[in-house]
Amino acid sequence: MTQSKNEHSMTIKVLYFASLKEVFGCAEQVINSTGMSTVDDVWRHVSAGCEVQQSVLNAVNQEYAASDTAVKAGDEVAFFPPVTGG
Amino acid sequence: MIRVLATPFDPWSAIAEHQVAMQRDGEYGACATFVGTMRDINEGDQVKGMTLEHYPGMTEKHLEKIVVSAREKWQLLDTLLIHRVGDLLPNEPIVLVAVWSAHRKDAFEACRFIMEDLKSQAPFWKKESLSNGDKQAEKNRWVEKNTSGY
Repeated sequence: MTQSKNEHSMTIKVLYFASLKEVFGCAEQVINSTGMSTVDDVWRHVSAGCEVQQSVLNAVNQEYAASDTAVKAGDEVAFFPPVTGG
Repeated sequence: MIRVLATPFDPWSAIAEHQVAMQRDGEYGACATFVGTMRDINEGDQVKGMTLEHYPGMTEKHLEKIVVSAREKWQLLDTLLIHRVGDLLPNEPIVLVAVWSAHRKDAFEACRFIMEDLKSQAPFWKKESLSNGDKQAEKNRWVEKNTSGY
């Protein structure tokens, strides 16, 4: 238990939806939080080497966020294309 | 009440059942509703099916936030919001917004506000399965964006 708590405290859960899930080839990824202070840091880390041609929206802990929104260990950060519900 | 459903629903019976269950008889003078239904054509292509993806957790939170915001702006007695996810076929209802109030202004305006906010902000994504009669031409495509309803 202690170990998983420590792991949690060092990581950020990253989620992808819709077409971005296909671009990244996965729905979810856990990354090391070291050096990640904003949403943009996370984005640059996960998208390194990927050609993302579309506009991307972000959420931190299930709330819309801006690229300069702060992130910390234990956060859930999501990236997705413009929404098309309704 | 907010519900995200993975199976088909009947908006008309949902409205009728909710109206009885909310026990506000005599108080409401207005009920405004919006029902969005899947079409079988989009951007000139035949659509034979659709998959609606969502962000579990954030979707419900966001819909809740929209309703709270509507209740701050207008005098509402009750609201019912149902949205489908998963696989849909043409003619199936996608979304229902129903708003009860004493007078029509509040119900009409809040219903519109909730629907427009949902279309532009709630984390749902549509993927269409296209068929133009030719098997070779069948393909799937993500809907790129919603147009503004205002």
